[in-house]
Amino acid sequence: MQVDLSRFRETFFQESAEHLAEMEAGLLRLDQGAFDSELLNAIFRAAHSIKGSSGMFGLEDITRFTHALESLLDRVRSGEVAITRKLTDLLLRSTDLLRELLAAGSAGAAAPTRMEGVLEELCVAQRAETYLDDKPRTRQTDHAPASSQAAAYRVHFRPPADVFLQGMDPLLILRDLAHLGESSSAEIDISALPTLGELDPERCYLAWNVRLETSKSVEEIRDTFAFVEDGAEIRVDPEVSTPVAATPGPAPSAPAVPAASRDASIRVATSKVDKLVDLVGELVIAQSMAREVVENFSPARMSQLQEAIAQMERHIRELQERVMSVRMLPIGHIFGRFPRLVRDLSVQLAKNVRLEMAGEETELDKSVVEQMSDPLTHLIRNAIDHGIEPVDERVRQGKPEQGLIRLQAFHQAGSVVVEISDDGRGLDLERIRRKARERGLIHGDEPLTEAQIVDLVFRPGFSTADQVSDLSGRGVGMDVVRKNVEALNGTVNLASEPGRGSKVRIQLPLTLAILDGLSVRVGAETYLLPLVSISESIRPRPEQLKTLAGRGEVVMVRGNALPLLRLHRILGVPTDVDDPSKGLTVIVEHSGQPLALLVDELLGQQQVVIKSLEAHYRKVEGVLGATILGDGRAALILDIAGLAQMTRRAAGSELAA
Amino acid sequence: MAKTILIVDDSSTMRTMVSFTLQQAGFAVVEGSNGQEALNKLSGQRVDLIVTDLNMPVMDGITFIKNVRSQAGTRGIPVLMLTTESHEAKRREGKAAGATGWIVKPFHPDKLLSTIAKVLP
Amino acid sequence: MQQLETASSTAEVNQFLSFTLGAEEYGIDILKVQEIKGYSAITHIPNAPPHVKGVMNLRGTVVPVVDLRAKFSMEPVEYNKFTVIIVVMVGEKIAGLVVDAVSDVLNVAASEVRPAPDFGARCDTRFIKGVVSINDKLAVLLDIDKLLRDEDVAVGA
Repeated sequence: MQVDLSRFRETFFQESAEHLAEMEAGLLRLDQGAFDSELLNAIFRAAHSIKGSSGMFGLEDITRFTHALESLLDRVRSGEVAITRKLTDLLLRSTDLLRELLAAGSAGAAAPTRMEGVLEELCVAQRAETYLDDKPRTRQTDHAPASSQAAAYRVHFRPPADVFLQGMDPLLILRDLAHLGESSSAEIDISALPTLGELDPERCYLAWNVRLETSKSVEEIRDTFAFVEDGAEIRVDPEVSTPVAATPGPAPSAPAVPAASRDASIRVATSKVDKLVDLVGELVIAQSMAREVVENFSPARMSQLQEAIAQMERHIRELQERVMSVRMLPIGHIFGRFPRLVRDLSVQLAKNVRLEMAGEETELDKSVVEQMSDPLTHLIRNAIDHGIEPVDERVRQGKPEQGLIRLQAFHQAGSVVVEISDDGRGLDLERIRRKARERGLIHGDEPLTEAQIVDLVFRPGFSTADQVSDLSGRGVGMDVVRKNVEALNGTVNLASEPGRGSKVRIQLPLTLAILDGLSVRVGAETYLLPLVSISESIRPRPEQLKTLAGRGEVVMVRGNALPLLRLHRILGVPTDVDDPSKGLTVIVEHSGQPLALLVDELLGQQQVVIKSLEAHYRKVEGVLGATILGDGRAALILDIAGLAQMTRRAAGSELAA
Repeated sequence: MAKTILIVDDSSTMRTMVSFTLQQAGFAVVEGSNGQEALNKLSGQRVDLIVTDLNMPVMDGITFIKNVRSQAGTRGIPVLMLTTESHEAKRREGKAAGATGWIVKPFHPDKLLSTIAKVLP
Repeated sequence: MQQLETASSTAEVNQFLSFTLGAEEYGIDILKVQEIKGYSAITHIPNAPPHVKGVMNLRGTVVPVVDLRAKFSMEPVEYNKFTVIIVVMVGEKIAGLVVDAVSDVLNVAASEVRPAPDFGARCDTRFIKGVVSINDKLAVLLDIDKLLRDEDVAVGA
């Protein structure tokens, strides 16, 4: 019978990734000095599980490697091998390699060449024991080696006395024996049977002598007794002198496991799916109610119809939210590798740093989580590289030797906030200003608020590293972090206290495809502004409107001069409303800076589904995407950052003109 | 009536695959992720065969087998251990604890079925 | 919606959907045509080339709308409920073309297609596959791929 296991490959890789994460977490704790036997057992079991399952899929490299790893871990937990930094280093490197092996296995690629080297190290670390050349004897074959002649054998079998206590029925063995042969006859031997009074029903006193004609080999005959060999009397003697040449047939190759490319997939809690099924059911009911009212309609039933439709709307909205939540992953998914990163970096940079994480269970859309991985990694590297001071400097400042980096995620009013804070040196504003001037990002001595100076860090081409350290200076910069976050409709801000530390705050929408928007009218067109960026909207009094030299039009709000963006101009839409005091200005926030957007009219708040503009057209500056309004028209969703950019450019060219 | 097999292993991948194989072959399957869970399952229902891993948290395989053999209701149930190649000592320990037989990991599903056939009437 | 008849295919005969822009007759490869729509609201896109009129809602998908009159530098006309939009698919991208009216489906044998004249053509000869004579009139067969991929339009760039 053919059993096809290929459908389980995906599960195997997912599960192995989890085991690997467990192993690494355990090893890190071990590295930090935690020691208890349960921890070691857990680490061992994780390796053991991966090994066991990998064999089922013919992933020999993984099986071989994890076997060596397991052997070493076994010795560690039995106390034969001491736990040293060198050992945990080796073990952590092995988990890295194992991760690569799993990735290679999943993609059908060859194992990395350094595998043999690490294998060697694992063996050496075991010290005494020579590495068992344990090429998994793949699948003990059931296919009998072809042997042409049938021969007769005399088989004597006395099972161990306690065979029943092992749950084995000797008759089953005899049955198997009989199946081996073309003919057989058995004779029972009751010579050891005591009297009824002395008989212990749980002991076996019987033996059998079997004459068997078979073309199977002696080995195979003996094989039937495999489980009872210990303590049993077994003799297999050929009756005929002609030896049966047991030529072992070719071992069947491992079932071909196609190196299929993995589809992206997610694991979903069944409770989530159940709830979805329920909701769809309720929606169907609401819909049939609505249909019934429509089919037997009379004006008197109008309110019933409205109620039915309202109910459908509620269900649809909930369905929308829940379907999106299926894609939600806890952010801990990417947090997982940070402890390891921090450890490696601290060692590499000779700093003493501790990482504290909170809120790993905070859920985000799957693709948001995935796209946050690089930015967060960069920010943590930054914190260790530039933020945390070397030990002696910290001591001089009266700070604890060990620096602290805190990574925290939480929900806040419809967004997810991720904060990375450190207790290092904070930002040196003067240095930033200097560098910005050097790189031509600012000119002269224009007055800049603290917030504006901090914001310079996010400009492309900026880096205060004295040497572009291999780690943080390489191609990823704060500007890329900001771009990535903004591409997800999020915002990122930086705050710092010199000498005390810095904090990066990333705010992300809970879901990607649905946006809470404020719809506004400019001329004959309707646009949507992301609600999350909006702080307020006002109708300015004429005296609040000014034009400042070098800054253009501004609106004075509580003493601050906010740049005024005339949307009709930026978007090229004709409108009657030219005077801002006759229209409405929506105050939005961008990169820590407030801006005032001039629109004709506010239309209302609504939740919309974001449709891609790039799918069939292309990216348009100032536009985040599109949506379909209730009346079927397409409407553009505006991108505040893009609008600000467009305004800056226009202002620049005006000045140049 | 279908025979029931209890599979005990802390790896859900392993349990899923074994269950699948056994169900395809017409067996009913009960699962446990460690020895303690398995014992709880056994106290609630009749089982014709047990397949168990040895390395599990909470209660490992050997202890589990000893428990199975010491309870009147489960004494006679055939038990197959899932063992690894190199651990001959473990296998002997399992046998001494009362295991009926063993299957060496990694194993082909057909091997699982043929081994089960050896110990199930 | 127009009924599009299928051709009995003999070798070398291609089908084109013909439409009018002003006094001129044009044709595009029928295989690229997804559907023909009546006019629907078009949403303006900021800073787009003059022939990209905006985007429209095509059953939940947002697709760009190109005004061929503008593309060929003809005088604009008022859009009304008789205006027709031909929805074409070029590669993976969908776009709508605003035309005056749709005429017919032409079966054109490859041998009947003559090369475009070097002069006198309203539109850039880059976009012309050739011309064909239909009932004493000349229909200009457009290469819609080139037209929409044109840098100018940058649709589907």
